[in-house]
Parts: sequence; structure tokens; C-alpha cells
Amino acid sequence: MIAIRRPSAGRVLLWLLVLAGAAAVTIRFAGGLGAVTHLSDQFPWGVWIGFDVMVGVALAAGAFTLNATVHLFHLDRYGGLLRPAVLTGFLGYLMVIIALLVDLGRPWNIWHPIIMWNPHSVMFEVAWCVMLYTAVLGLEFGQAVLERLRLWRLLQIARMSIGPLVVAAVILSTLHQSSLGSLFLIAPGKLHPLWYTALLPVLFFISAVAVGLAMATVEAAAAARLFRHRLDLPVLVGLSRATLIILTVYLGLKVLDIAVRGAWTALFVPGVERLMFGLEMGVGVILPLLLLSVNHFSRSAPGITLASALVVVGVVLNRLNVAVTGMLGSSGALYVPAWTEVLITVSIVAAGILAYLWVMEHLPIGPPHGPRPVDGPNGAPWEMA
Amino acid sequence: MSNLTRREFFHLAAASGIGVAVLGAARPARAAQTTAAGMGVLIDIARCVGCRSCEAACKAAHGFPAGESQDLGPQSWTYVKTVRLTAPHDHMNLGGDGARTRTFKVQCMHCMEPACASACPVAALRKTPQGPVVYEADRCIGCRYCMIACPFQVPRFEWRKAVPAIQKCNMCADRQAAGKMPACVEACPMEALQFGPRDRLLAEAARRIASDRARYVPAIYGAEEGGGTSVLYVSDVPFQELGFPVVSRQPLPAYTWRVLGKLPGVVIGLGATLTAVEAVIRRRMEMQGLEEREQR
Repeated sequence: MIAIRRPSAGRVLLWLLVLAGAAAVTIRFAGGLGAVTHLSDQFPWGVWIGFDVMVGVALAAGAFTLNATVHLFHLDRYGGLLRPAVLTGFLGYLMVIIALLVDLGRPWNIWHPIIMWNPHSVMFEVAWCVMLYTAVLGLEFGQAVLERLRLWRLLQIARMSIGPLVVAAVILSTLHQSSLGSLFLIAPGKLHPLWYTALLPVLFFISAVAVGLAMATVEAAAAARLFRHRLDLPVLVGLSRATLIILTVYLGLKVLDIAVRGAWTALFVPGVERLMFGLEMGVGVILPLLLLSVNHFSRSAPGITLASALVVVGVVLNRLNVAVTGMLGSSGALYVPAWTEVLITVSIVAAGILAYLWVMEHLPIGPPHGPRPVDGPNGAPWEMA
Repeated sequence: MSNLTRREFFHLAAASGIGVAVLGAARPARAAQTTAAGMGVLIDIARCVGCRSCEAACKAAHGFPAGESQDLGPQSWTYVKTVRLTAPHDHMNLGGDGARTRTFKVQCMHCMEPACASACPVAALRKTPQGPVVYEADRCIGCRYCMIACPFQVPRFEWRKAVPAIQKCNMCADRQAAGKMPACVEACPMEALQFGPRDRLLAEAARRIASDRARYVPAIYGAEEGGGTSVLYVSDVPFQELGFPVVSRQPLPAYTWRVLGKLPGVVIGLGATLTAVEAVIRRRMEMQGLEEREQR
């Protein structure tokens, strides 16, 4: 077990942020969304959808990419990264749900999609995927809880369900990651041509896979520093190779798409769209591609971590650009998030970090390198999944 | 859920028998089909004198506070918009006095295949066979995806309410059910608003354009916009000059259905592929393990 640290200044700050966010949420429920946001009839979706939901779901993609890597492709050497990724995914989805409860106008009806169906709605698909996938991640994560409680018999039963669970996790993620892009297909006249394309669902899915691997890398590096573990370089190199390939496919598709649609003409129009698109592609796609193509960087832990962090930044920018930047021009509105909107977003992230730290300290999740024997029944070593 | 089964493209020229161009780029005519499309409202911008009787009647009928609105809102399901013209153009009813501006009523267009209803995850918005697109607050989760989807920027949200709802014109569905016409139509003193079955309104619109070609622009807004709307406009000033949005002629729900319709296949295909891939790799690894043990 990892030694529990004294509450540090960082943790106190995180708790203060959570409390401040909770206060803002109280105001939101008392006075409506208008009391704490700058949302309007012209601009009904802001940072909560753009960041908390769209970015949150994307950054939780490590769970399904590593599930596929370890359980479907049987690349066992990545096994040590799986549980941290599942934990991040599970917490990530819980954070998305919390954010949705704040953002939805009538959150007490959030369960309605279960009984009130509209299969023609992308949002309906998103709702079902969030529900099912959170349940799947909960079941996977539950195995760490069973292990901690030493309920070996139950754990054995739970292990048998891993196969179908992983297939379900990959299918649900594929649908869900892509459908967040499909959401905007119904707004061809509203989303800026640099981002509006029939390929939105495909681009969202590919970038989700890339950011899933990148998040696993960043997380392993962060955890290694935080909990003083050794980083497993070959594992990072393996992940970064895959990231390099996926990112190349993504860039190729993106360039082709923009060329075919003739959207490149929009690059000659100065404005916030061009700037943000340039940042997204330059910092988040091209720069990490260059870094990972240079031997010096692609074989060192700091180099790989930096490139992966840039991929994360790129996907964050992309989701924000699709949901916010790209929708600004057509709306005629000037949306700048209210400070309370940002505070609530930050506080949800803070709560997520606190939950992550707590779980890492109390449940068998890390260290993030290689399978590790745990005492099984009769003292026999128990291989971690 | 009938909105996407077979798209009914209504081609005006074929239906009305006269050549009338529709706003937007030219496109080959689709098979002309008219179906029982329910009721609609025809708005004649040339006739409108901007008296705002329709707006007042709407507010009275729905119990909203009286007064003139500058935009759609939770308590103004319709309002009369005034647009300054680039070049003066004599008004049909006001002559030179009304030459500098045009006024017209703005409200929900009541699309034949509404993007809002297709977007709504819980079917709180739906197109009734009678024509109106209606909203049921009890189902609504408040996700506001309808507002993102609507190409006419119609749905409004109650931002300052703890228990908010989406607000928009319902074409007086309750009054229609009681055999009455929408309050706005009843109130119009200039016959600028006309209530009736959509196909007959289209024919009437075409007749007005054909009978006064010098005045009317040869277009019916709503004939094909967003796949067609139950509310139609004719005008003596080009719609683009009046700030009407240029909307895709393909029904917007088709844009997302192209993806959603593929999902069952994706689920089954992906499920089968993943299971097979896993089984093959596991078998290969087992064989490899066996070989290694034998070699030892």
C-alpha cells in the first residue's frame, strides 16, 4: 500500500475550490442557469458542454483504448496502465454526469431517456451511452474494490464477466465518442466550415483513441512523480508509437477533408476561428507528430510525456472549438463564460482530482508498471487483471 | 417517429403548375408528392402594415404580459419585425409612407420535418399530424439541443427560472383542437395572415405571385426551406434583404440520421469483430505457450 500523505497545501486548495463551486451551484439551482452563466438564447451551450462534457468524455477515452489493448489484443505488458485508466475513465464519466446535472435545465428528468425514446436523436444515443458505459466502468472498477475488501470468491465471479464487459466498453465508447461529433451534424448552417464536416463522428472517434493513449501516458508520468514510482520506458515508447500512427491518420484525414470540402479558403479569413484552428492543429497535432518522429524525443520519457501532453491539449482545443469557437460566428452572440461558469468547471475537476488521489491511496490501482502479484486466497499470488 | 421514414419533398413548381423559383441554389426537382400535411399559416409581407395586432392577440391568448417585443422570448412567441430597406419601395397598403421599411411577423416555422423534434432526446417536441410542432415540458430534460438544431433560431429558454422550460409558438394547437384558428390569424386586420391546409396555402401563395408578378418576388419562403415548413411567407422584397436565413433544403434530421441509421450495423459488426479478434489472438498465444513448454 502507498503511504497516506498529510493533507498538503494543494489538497486544501482543491477542497476550497470544491466548496466555492458548490456555493455557485447552489446559486444556479436557486436562480436558474442565467444566474451563474453567460448563456443566452443565441448561445445556449457554453463551457459546461464544451469542456465538462465534450472534453471530459474525450479524456476518459484511455479506459476503452487500454481495455482493448490489454483484453482484446492481449498486449499484457500494458496491463499496469489499465486500472489507472479505468479509474480515470470512471471518475471522468462521473464528473461528466455531475456537470450535466448542473447544466441541464431540468436535471430531475435526466432519467427520462430510459423510458421516453427518440432513436432519431443523437442526444438520445449520447444519454444511453453515458448511462451504460458508466455502469460498465463501474463494474470494471468494482473489481479493485472487491480485491481491496479481499472478497476473492466474488472477484473470481467478476473476472468471468471481463470479456463481455470489455467488448461492451469498446462498442459503447466507439458509439459515444463519435456521437459527440454527430451532435453537431444537425447544425450545418451554424458550425464554422473549418469544423463542420460529415466526418465529424469519424474524426471525433480517431482523436479519442489518440487522446486515450496520450492520457494514459500523461497519467503514468504524473503518477510516477506523485507516488514516486519508476516509469516503464518500453511501455511509454509502445504507447507513443501507436499515438504517432493514429495521429498521422487523423492529420491525413483532416487535411483531405478540408481540401475536398474547400474549407481551406476559410484559413484566409482572419479571425478567432482561424487562430483557434491553427492552435488546435499546430500545437495539438503537428507539433506532437514532429516530436514523436524525432528519435531523441520519441525514446525519452520526458519527450514522450511532452508530446502526449500536447495531444491532450490539442483534443481539449478541438472539442472546445467545435462546441464553442465554431458556433460563435453564426450565433451573433458574444459569449465569454461567466467567472461562476468557469469556477464550477474548475471545482468539478478539483473534485475529480481529490477522488482520484483518494482512490489511488486506498485501493489497489497503481503502481503503473507491469502486472503485480497480490496476495490471493491461501496466500497464493494473485495476478492483477 | 414518422418524420424520417420517407421524406416528402414538395416541389412547388410541380405542385402549383407555374414556374416559381425557390430561395437558394437551383436543384433538380425531386418527385413531387403532396401528402396530408396538416394546417399552416401563410404570411404576406406585402400586405403587412406592422400594426402588431397579431402580437397582441398572441400574448392575450397565452396569458403573456402585453407590450411590444423586439425579439422572440419566453413570453413573446411571436413579434413583428421591422426591417429598413436598402432602397425605398412603395408599400401595397401604405404606398410611399411605408416605402422605407417592411414589417413582418416572426415565430416558429413549424417545419414539416422539424430539426428540434429530431434532436430532442425525449421527444418533448413533436410534429403533430395537424401541423403544429408542440412541446411538452413534463418530458423535457432541459438539454437545449433543440436550440442548437433549429435553423431558424426559434426555441427560447427560461434562463432566469429555477424550473425552466423551452418556449415557442405552438400554432395555437389548443385553439385548433377546439375548431378555432390561431389567435394571430384571427386578429390580423389586413388579411396578411391566412390559416388553412398547407397545400392550399402553397397554391394560394403561388396564385398571388402569379397574379401580381410586378409586385411579388417569385419565391415562397418555407416551401422547401428545411425540407418545407407549415408557415409560409410571400413578399414584395427579396427574403435575403429582409434577413431571412438561408436554410438547407434537405430536412435537417437527415444529417444526423445518416449516422444514427448506421448504428445497429456498427454495434453488431463491431461486437462480432472484436469477439473474433480476441478469440484468435488468445488462441494464438495459447498455442505459442504450448510450443514453448514442449520445447522445454
